[in-house]
Amino acid sequence: MKILVAIKQVPARDSQLIASTDGKWVDESSLEYEINEPDAYALEEALQLKESAGGGEVIAVCAGPDRASSTIREALAKGADRAIHIEVEDIANWDTLSVAKLLAAAAKAESPDLVLTGLQSDDVGAGQVGVVLAELLGLPHATIIMEVVIDGATVRVKRELEDGWFQHVSMPLPAVLTIQSGIKKLRYATLMGIKRAKTKEVKSLSPADLGVANTPSYQVVSVMLPQKSKQTVMLHTVAELVDKLKNEVRVI
Amino acid sequence: MSGILAVLEAGQKISLETLAAARDLGAKLQLPVHVVEPDRNYTADDYTDSLAQLIREKSFDLILFPHTYQVRDFAPKLATRFDRALISDVIRLRVEGAKLFATRQLFQGKLNAELEPIGKPIFLSLQAGAYAPAEAQAPTETLPAAGTSRQKPEERYREAQRAVDLSAAPIIVSVGRGIKEKENLSLIEDLAAVLGAEIAASRPICDNGWLPMERQVGSSGQTVTPKLYLAIGLSGAIQHLVGMKGSKTIVAINKDPNAPIFEVADYGICDDLFDVVPALTAAIKAAKS
Ligand SMILES: Cc1cc2nc3c(=O)[nH]c(=O)nc-3n(C[C@H](O)[C@H](O)[C@H](O)COP(=O)(O)OP(=O)(O)OC[C@H]3O[C@@H](n4cnc5c(N)ncnc54)[C@H](O)[C@@H]3O)c2cc1C
Repeated sequence: MKILVAIKQVPARDSQLIASTDGKWVDESSLEYEINEPDAYALEEALQLKESAGGGEVIAVCAGPDRASSTIREALAKGADRAIHIEVEDIANWDTLSVAKLLAAAAKAESPDLVLTGLQSDDVGAGQVGVVLAELLGLPHATIIMEVVIDGATVRVKRELEDGWFQHVSMPLPAVLTIQSGIKKLRYATLMGIKRAKTKEVKSLSPADLGVANTPSYQVVSVMLPQKSKQTVMLHTVAELVDKLKNEVRVI
Repeated sequence: MSGILAVLEAGQKISLETLAAARDLGAKLQLPVHVVEPDRNYTADDYTDSLAQLIREKSFDLILFPHTYQVRDFAPKLATRFDRALISDVIRLRVEGAKLFATRQLFQGKLNAELEPIGKPIFLSLQAGAYAPAEAQAPTETLPAAGTSRQKPEERYREAQRAVDLSAAPIIVSVGRGIKEKENLSLIEDLAAVLGAEIAASRPICDNGWLPMERQVGSSGQTVTPKLYLAIGLSGAIQHLVGMKGSKTIVAINKDPNAPIFEVADYGICDDLFDVVPALTAAIKAAKS
C-alpha cells in the first residue's frame, strides 16, 4: 500500500494577520508557520492505514517555499517514509488548480494506491485541492471523510454530510480522499522519530521540473479586514456584562 | 454571451439564495439565467459528467453553485474539466460595468479577499447568507444522463439519538480552542453552573475528545437558538456561526479584536478569557445571592 499525503504549511493559528503592502496577501514577515491541521489528520490516517496493513509506504508531498521544509521534517518525524518538496517561493500567488497541477504531476510519477489531503486549508480555505487532484489524475474521490476501510482493491469511506448526516461510499483504488479533522487522535513526533527524520529522503522538485506553470483563473484585487455588519457593543468590565445579563438579557 | 447557469441542490435553503444571485447577476450583466436542479441520487462522477455536457452544449459564461457539502464534493472537479479554478464560498458579488468581482474569506473569516475572475467560464460557489433567498423556485432544465459512476453511495443515516439536546437549552456557555487545555475546562463548567447553562463547544474541542461530540455546535453539529449564547475563546468560523447565529443574545469573550465572532455578537469583551471568566463567575454568583 503506497499512500501519498499532500500537506500544506500555513500561518500558525493565533497569528495576527495584516494585509501585505501590495494588498494582495498577508504580511508574512513576522508570521510563524505550522502544518495545516486537516492535513495533520490526513497524515495520521495514512500512517495508521499503513500500520494496520502491516507494511507499505507513506510519502508526504508539499508545495511551498523553502520554509515549508520544517513542516516536511515534522511529517517525516511522525513517521512518513519519505517526502517530495515542490519548491515554490510565491505559493500564495498560485490558484488551487495550478497548485493541484503541481501535486498531480508529482503524484503521477509515484502511482500511489491512495492519495489523502486535508479537506481544506486554514489559510485560503478553498477546500478544492483534493478534488481537483482526483480529476487531474483520473481517479475517483470522496470528501470530508471520517473513516477509511480498505478491502482489497476497494475503499469504503464514511462521509460527513450537513446537519449530522453521514453516508458510506465505496470506490475502487486508487482513489483520492479529503480527510476531516478529528478522524483519529493525532500522534506527537517522538525524539527517535525526529532523529530518524534527518536521514529520510526529501526529493526537491521545481514547477519547471514538473512542467507546470501558474495559469490563474482569477487575480486578487485586494485583501482587507472584513467590514463589520453588526455593531457589537464592546464592554470593558465584568460588572458591565453582569449588568447586561441581569437587566437586558434577564438570565440572572 | 450565452448566460448564467445556476446549479441548485434540492432541499437546501441556500439554493434559493443562489437563485437570487443568478437573477441579480443576470439583470446586471444582461445575461439569460438557466437553472438546473438535478433530481437523482448524487455521485460526484455522474454530476460532473452531466453538468460538463450541459455547460459545453450551451457554453455558459458563469456557473453558480450554493456552497453545500455536495457542491464542495464535485464543483472543483467540474471546473477542472474546463481548466478553471472554482472561486469557492463567495460572500459578496459586485458588478462594475461588465466586470464581476467576488469576495471570499481568508483565514477562517479573519480577512477578506476580493477576486476578479480571469477568462471564462467562471465557476463560483456562494456561501450561505450572501443573498436574500429568491421567493419563487424557477423552472429548471433537465440534466442529461451521464455515464457510469465509480462512487457507490449507500443510504444516508444519522448516528444514534443524542443524549444532550442543546436545541432546548435557554442558556449555553460555549467554549473554543482559546481554552488551550482540557484541564482549563473547569473554568467553563463553573461559569455554566452558576448560570444554570448547558455547555457547548466548537469542533476542535470535540475533535480533541475534551467534550463529547454531541456538544458540538455548527454545520456538522447542533443548531441552537438559546436566549443567551456565551462564546468563549471561539473565533467564529462560518461553520460554527451557522449553528448559533439564531441565538437571541450573543456574548463573545475573545482576546482578538478582529475575531469574526464579533461580527455576530451583541456584546463583546476583548480580553483574556483566563482573566474574564473566573471574574465573571464570581460576579454572577455575587449578583445572584
Ligand atoms: C466541513 C467543515 C465542517 C465543520 N463543522 C464545524 C462545526 O460544526 N462546528 C464548529 O465549531 N466548527 C466546525 N468546523 C471547523 C471550523 O471551520 C473552525 O475550525 C472551528 O470552528 C474553530 O474553532 P475555534 O473557534 O474553537 O478555534 P479557533 O479558530 O482556533 O479560535 C480560537 C479563538 O480563541 C481566541 N483565544 C485564544 N486564546 C484566548 C484567550 N486566552 N482569551 C480569549 N480568547 C482567546 C483566539 O483569538 C481565537 O479567536 C468545520 C469545518 C469544516 C471544514
